[in-house]
Amino acid sequence: MTGELMSDLTIFVLSLLVGLEVISKVPATLHTPLMSAANSIHGIVLVGAMLIAASAHSATGYVLAFIAAAFAAMNVVGGYAVTERMLQMFRRRPATAASTSDGHRNGTETP
Amino acid sequence: MSAFDTVIRLAFLAAATAFVLGLHEMNSPATARRGNRLSAAGMALAIGSTLALVIHTGDISGTGWAVLGTGTAIGAVAGLRMARTVQMTAMPQLVSLFNAVGGGAAALVAITDFIRVAGEDAPGQPVRIVVAVVLDVVIGSVTLSGSLIASGKLQGLLTSAPVVFPAARLLNLGLGLAVAGGAGYLFTGSQNVLVLLAITVAAAVFGVTMVLPIGGADMPVVISLLNAFTGTAVAMAGFVLDSPVLIIAGALVGASGGILTKLMADAMNRSITEIIIGGFGVADSTGVAVAGADAQVRAVTAEDAAIQLGYASKVIVVPGYGLAAAQAQYEMRELAELLEARGVDVSYAIHPVAGRMPGHMNVLLAEANVPYPQLKEMDDINPEFARADVALVVGANDVTNPAARRPGNPISGMPILDVDQARSVIVIKRSMGQGYAGLDNDLYADPKTGMFFADAKRGLAAITAAVKAEVPVG
Repeated sequence: MTGELMSDLTIFVLSLLVGLEVISKVPATLHTPLMSAANSIHGIVLVGAMLIAASAHSATGYVLAFIAAAFAAMNVVGGYAVTERMLQMFRRRPATAASTSDGHRNGTETP
Repeated sequence: MSAFDTVIRLAFLAAATAFVLGLHEMNSPATARRGNRLSAAGMALAIGSTLALVIHTGDISGTGWAVLGTGTAIGAVAGLRMARTVQMTAMPQLVSLFNAVGGGAAALVAITDFIRVAGEDAPGQPVRIVVAVVLDVVIGSVTLSGSLIASGKLQGLLTSAPVVFPAARLLNLGLGLAVAGGAGYLFTGSQNVLVLLAITVAAAVFGVTMVLPIGGADMPVVISLLNAFTGTAVAMAGFVLDSPVLIIAGALVGASGGILTKLMADAMNRSITEIIIGGFGVADSTGVAVAGADAQVRAVTAEDAAIQLGYASKVIVVPGYGLAAAQAQYEMRELAELLEARGVDVSYAIHPVAGRMPGHMNVLLAEANVPYPQLKEMDDINPEFARADVALVVGANDVTNPAARRPGNPISGMPILDVDQARSVIVIKRSMGQGYAGLDNDLYADPKTGMFFADAKRGLAAITAAVKAEVPVG
């Protein structure tokens, strides 16, 4: 067993435990945005796509890196945008009609 | 470690911290948006740092830049468009699609890395990397194809009924053996790309055969499980690239998906294995069914219901997927506002599996402008039913069936909303059709229950009109 594997495994296991601890406190009301937020976080795979694009020097490598980058970018950008859109809908008091009808449609912020 | 490396690594650490804190902020609707932005900021930092790293290393070719730039741009635009235009009822499909592309990207990262190393003259990767490559490819491919099938089912492109085909188990066994055999071969140090591709294809086929037999109503469990898979695949990509930030992010998502899978399975009274292997899950609860001739039920009119609701002091609404399927959330909120104007205390009892993904019903009601303090979780609202004058059940069935408290039926032991504890109950329902579990609901035969036979949207509109006409404000 090598040092890299040991440290990567340690990071993996501890992050799982942190995840379990933090996420078990999220109320059921927010489970859909939570899943969507988690979805955006796995968009971090874009970092992986960038690294493979950087080391690609063959046609196959370029094609695969292209698809990976497109997939990952869709994941990360769409994920954060849709989570934000959903969370905007959660209001403590009913909003006025104007701010709900368009606010999230065109992505503008409504305080 | 050079100063540059140190800065990059610290930036990745900051990004990982932002992900954890961002998820932590999701523990309340009041702070959740801040959490999402913090997480997004962490993501931007991670991507920016990677960009700096790529430039600094200087390996990347001109073609590499073009590929990366166009790929990212196309993906980003597509993702943004979908995020902005998706209907809230279609959220499960979109989440499933993002699971698919996330898992697919993770698998591609490992495949590309494997091909690159195999193309070099150097000796192969150490076994620890090959193991991570295989795990990443297997989990990522299963997620890609499985999530696409789930998304297609939810979108109605594929039938939501379980698709059972002969010899499915034999096929799955064959696929499992193919993956195991291929993996074993690669672990011996072979750099055969074709073997890895065979593993990829076998895993992708398995994703299809795994999700096809699962019925529409089990989707909350399936989506959660595939979400956990995606996270794990991304973490494996982190092992392949030796990138802690990928490992941390992937593990967080794996934990989140795992928790939600467990919660959903518990709330449906099913074990995860039972769902994956295929149990009684058959189609949706909104299907047509014959009226139960033997059940003695009391039918009420919109006016009866309006008077009962309008003069109540506490009303608990129990929305089920039927409400969303009929797009009646807005009518529901309008009625609730009218009642509140008449001094009625209105809250919503949300069962964990109301909807097609965890927490779905809350989003649908929030979109219809229902304030979130009125959205109550099952455990919080159950003690309140005894104090409610009226429980108004709209489009929910099995989750209100007191039969769950008795042994010997398909829903025995399933956690339910204690609707039968309310002083009176009004059920809006199209017919006496049975729910997903194929069981008569004892609640309907209860003498204090009034059945208002109508489509959710029209029924609520009729009650709303009757409240306006019959019950004065104040």
